[in-house]
Amino acid sequence: MFLEVGSEGSSRRRMTPVQVYLPIADLPVNIFVVFAMGIAVGFISGMFGIGGGFLMTPLLIFLGISPAVAVATVSSHIAASSFSGAITYWRRKALDLSLAAMLLIGGIGGTAAGVWLFTYLRALGQLDLTISLSYVLLLGSVGGLMVMEGVRAIIRSRHGKPVELRRPGSHTWFHGLPFKLRFKQSRIYVSSIPVVMIGFIMGFIGAIMGIGGGFLLVPMLIYFLRVPTNVVIGTSMVLTLVTMATATVLHSVTNHLVDVILALILMVGGVTGAQFGARAGQKMRGERLRLMLGVLVLAVGLRFAVDLVMTPDDFYSIRQLEGAQ
Amino acid sequence: MRRGPLTILAVAATVLTAAPAAAERLVSSLSSHRVLITPSFTGTELVLFGTVERDAASVPRRGSYDIVATVSGPRETLVVRRKERMFGIWANADSRTFVEVPSYLAMLSTRPAEEIAPLDVLLRLQIGLRRTLLPQRIGPDTADVVRDDPFRNAFLRLKLSHDLYVDTPNEVTFLTPILFRATIPLPAGAPIGNYEVDLKLFADGALIARGGDAFEIVKFGFEQFVAGAALNHGLLYGLATALMALLTGWLASVVFRRD
Repeated sequence: MFLEVGSEGSSRRRMTPVQVYLPIADLPVNIFVVFAMGIAVGFISGMFGIGGGFLMTPLLIFLGISPAVAVATVSSHIAASSFSGAITYWRRKALDLSLAAMLLIGGIGGTAAGVWLFTYLRALGQLDLTISLSYVLLLGSVGGLMVMEGVRAIIRSRHGKPVELRRPGSHTWFHGLPFKLRFKQSRIYVSSIPVVMIGFIMGFIGAIMGIGGGFLLVPMLIYFLRVPTNVVIGTSMVLTLVTMATATVLHSVTNHLVDVILALILMVGGVTGAQFGARAGQKMRGERLRLMLGVLVLAVGLRFAVDLVMTPDDFYSIRQLEGAQ
Repeated sequence: MRRGPLTILAVAATVLTAAPAAAERLVSSLSSHRVLITPSFTGTELVLFGTVERDAASVPRRGSYDIVATVSGPRETLVVRRKERMFGIWANADSRTFVEVPSYLAMLSTRPAEEIAPLDVLLRLQIGLRRTLLPQRIGPDTADVVRDDPFRNAFLRLKLSHDLYVDTPNEVTFLTPILFRATIPLPAGAPIGNYEVDLKLFADGALIARGGDAFEIVKFGFEQFVAGAALNHGLLYGLATALMALLTGWLASVVFRRD
């Protein structure tokens, strides 16, 4: 259906066999390249139990899709892969719906705030820089921490000591906060304030950076709320699913930048790759997986840092003046 | 005796300057007047055909004819930004707004413009990218700047590199002394809207006739439906996309279920 019909004049351009014109991004892309990206990122997302947005958004930008369209479109891709994952965890009863609901209260608010800031920065002309800087700061610091933690865990296990992630009984300052709730599935009793706050942060950065934030949410839930590891990924996927579906709708309403064709190719590739990734992930040891994910996160952060610090090839850029917002 | 030919030439010159419009007429057509953007659109080319119609009033020309075709797309307002190093990182600092400039602009001619007509004529008729008026917002004013302005140069360079501005001096070819042909290259990134083709006929360094044509680029069928829905029914479009995501996710979990 999408095969390019060779015409007399087309030999002068680069001949690419299977192109599809994206109606919102307004440029043709190779359908197989995008599909392969979907599968590759899906594989990684399935392996680590994350959405993979932090990889997908930069890849799309690299393809020539404008950062704004990439961020808006990836949100729907993550919604698809996290829904597929959430169903699997639901079948295993490995998710805490009441905790997810509490996170969502903050998550929806954070998403709305993030989409608003996204629209505002776009009008200012500083959206690209903000996206790049957030990637450097967030991925650099989180990736660095994960690598350190992963290396320490592997050294500890080499010395024969058990890896202890959850230290029951250890309390932090926010355990003294009011509005305490008991989450049965997770077997935790914490104030709802930090739960809503974590949800808000995730929704906010998700909407701005085009990431689901699973790689960030999972450690936050483990370290701050002491959610047991068996329910943490499923719960995080429910939150990701709802914030990203909300972001999709809000980005469509405010910025009209969600490219449905691009989204469809990505999500079909993504959910397929995720299945194989999940099987590969089950065969690996937990601490090694976390170290690998840390290296990956750090590498993407560094890639953005290099772009910001290196002297650009072209000092000038051209962009259509955004509407009079 | 030697005055004869000179007198004829002088008379011819008077006729030429007195009634140039009546002498020749440009008749042209495009291979298509509507370019459709379909899912397989990767840019296209339009062929411009034309002929120089001469009538009884036409005088014999010493040199051959020259054609300059200017194709301009819908106007748009663009911002060119310059990166500068701030606190060790490269960020957009200065910017310049180009007001209502052609989104697409092609200058096609039979020869380099400088050989066709004197510089003052080229300037007046805005022939050549360097001589095209590009209004920019500078303070409270809107005006064009000196031709070597770095923002103006960057603007042209970026537009040229995206194939949205085209400057091809040898694109128009005469198949016979009066029949000419040119191809208008339209890249995949050419914006939708109305495009105007302006034709100028030169002989002996003077403009003797003008002609024109127009075509449009439109999103068609599915592309048109999607783009229209995204713009006009944002909420429905977003809900549909989110639903599609859920459906894909659910299908995957059903298809790949292993228990």
